[in-house]
Amino acid sequence: MSRGRIGLVSLVAFGYAFLYLPVILLVIFSFNDSKLVTVWGGFSTRWYAEMFQNESLLQAAWRSLQIASINATFAVILGTLAAHVMSRYRRFRGRNGLDLLLTAPLVMPDVIIGLALLLLFVNMEQIIGWPAGRGITTITLAHITFSLAYAAIVIRARMGQLDLSLEEAAMDLGARPFTVFVRITLPLLAPALVSAWLLSFTLSLDDLVIASFVSGPGSTTLPMWIYSSVRMGVSPQVNALATLMLALVTLGVLVAGVLMHKKNA
Amino acid sequence: MASENHHGPAWGRRLAIGLPYGWLVLFFLLPFLIVLRISLSEPQLAQPPYTPLTEWVDDNNLDVHINLGNYALLGEDELYQDAFFNSVRVAFISSLVCLLIGYPMAYVIAASPPRRRNILLMLVILPFWTSFLIRVYAWIGIIKTNGLLNELLLSLGLITEPLHILYTPLAVYLGVVYSYLPFMVLPLYANLARMDPTLLEAAADLGARPIKAFLRITLPLSIPGILAGTMLVFIPAVGEFVIPDLLGGPDSLMVGRMMWTEFFSNKDWPLASSLAIVLLGLLVVPFVALQRWQRRYEDSDE
Repeated sequence: MSRGRIGLVSLVAFGYAFLYLPVILLVIFSFNDSKLVTVWGGFSTRWYAEMFQNESLLQAAWRSLQIASINATFAVILGTLAAHVMSRYRRFRGRNGLDLLLTAPLVMPDVIIGLALLLLFVNMEQIIGWPAGRGITTITLAHITFSLAYAAIVIRARMGQLDLSLEEAAMDLGARPFTVFVRITLPLLAPALVSAWLLSFTLSLDDLVIASFVSGPGSTTLPMWIYSSVRMGVSPQVNALATLMLALVTLGVLVAGVLMHKKNA
Repeated sequence: MASENHHGPAWGRRLAIGLPYGWLVLFFLLPFLIVLRISLSEPQLAQPPYTPLTEWVDDNNLDVHINLGNYALLGEDELYQDAFFNSVRVAFISSLVCLLIGYPMAYVIAASPPRRRNILLMLVILPFWTSFLIRVYAWIGIIKTNGLLNELLLSLGLITEPLHILYTPLAVYLGVVYSYLPFMVLPLYANLARMDPTLLEAAADLGARPIKAFLRITLPLSIPGILAGTMLVFIPAVGEFVIPDLLGGPDSLMVGRMMWTEFFSNKDWPLASSLAIVLLGLLVVPFVALQRWQRRYEDSDE
């Protein structure tokens, strides 16, 4: 290996170490018997046991899982429509506008989206009386709004790779556009739909800022619970929770990866 | 009409366009207009906690109150200017550091054989799937005064006094670079992977040394990827709240955090709204740049 190559490889190794160091430490210390982060007090699963007895944590987690799955489902439906429109309808009035509206949520700072949506919900309640108060409904609506942009990106990338001639062949054979979409396009899109659903799900499960703005009393989500317990001082239960989430996500991504690999092969 | 034949009945097409469009107009565009409106009102102790802009007086006269005081305050008070300046600086320097770490990563991933390439790419994306909040929190245990980093350096005898990193600006930079690194690597990778390898072969055949070929061919061709990655890091980082809040000290002024405080602690919705409007104005230029780059990228793709 040349000197330049060694330098390059070590730079890259450093980059990956940087990405994974905190995650690995988190996992290790979730099994630490000691309450102190820096002291190893022996192997223990007590934080996991405590976590499953923590009523407020379990409620927040259940609430977040509900929000995340409803959000992901709607985001994928709307995202698929948006992706279909953007990649198949070459020309329609307002195409650039839609493109802009689909890109902006990806980079817009959370504090702005959160504040803007809260003000919208307050005004809507004043004018049409819905949504009454703020809680799970408003959080879900807010999450769908930014998740749909991410879902559209993932699905659109896949649509760009699809073989158009399959759709054209079906249409030439007399299939109606809706039938073509359901029988040809959707099955081909399946891996992207799964990725988009998982992505929307995790984005929702991860959001603290926007949810804080649009939540009401009694609608503490999991990130809000984590945030307040981190602010109040480190609780090793957070480590245990993080490890559990990490394990589930890794499992989900691996399963999705294997399924997609099979499908493509 | 040919296009109707191709895309189905007009109502189906209209529904497909209208649903996502309507959603985004209602829940994304309209809210910004409301933010703009409320940034021009005054706070009051009522529900909702801001004064209306218009009021009917004697049934026939419409009173319009526009309060520019919030913007005047932002222009006068150095605290807010410092916050904006500091946010832009943190975002800019962090984008550069992300580029320095992310470019070699993207380069090596793009140059790897397909199997290894997928694994390396997966490894960049995987942390993105785990809670951002928890990953930022993990850094607290590493960099705090009696944290792992200090314990390690002290036991190695490299330092005699623990380093104070947590609750300093350095910790904020660390957190931002860490959290946004994947957003730099992915567009760079997408760009580098599309590059035509025959260009480099031609350069090598003509006697160019690898470093020269990189500087003259790879680097200029990857500028769109560099720009996209930088914007994807810079724009959200300017408005970041969680990182300065958890890792920065009480004096780490950033706009996102300031908006949060104005809103949640001071209950000053109009001032928070005007901060949001100024922040939006600041981000329009980098956003338009990103949008342009993307459109060109997609046009060359499809």
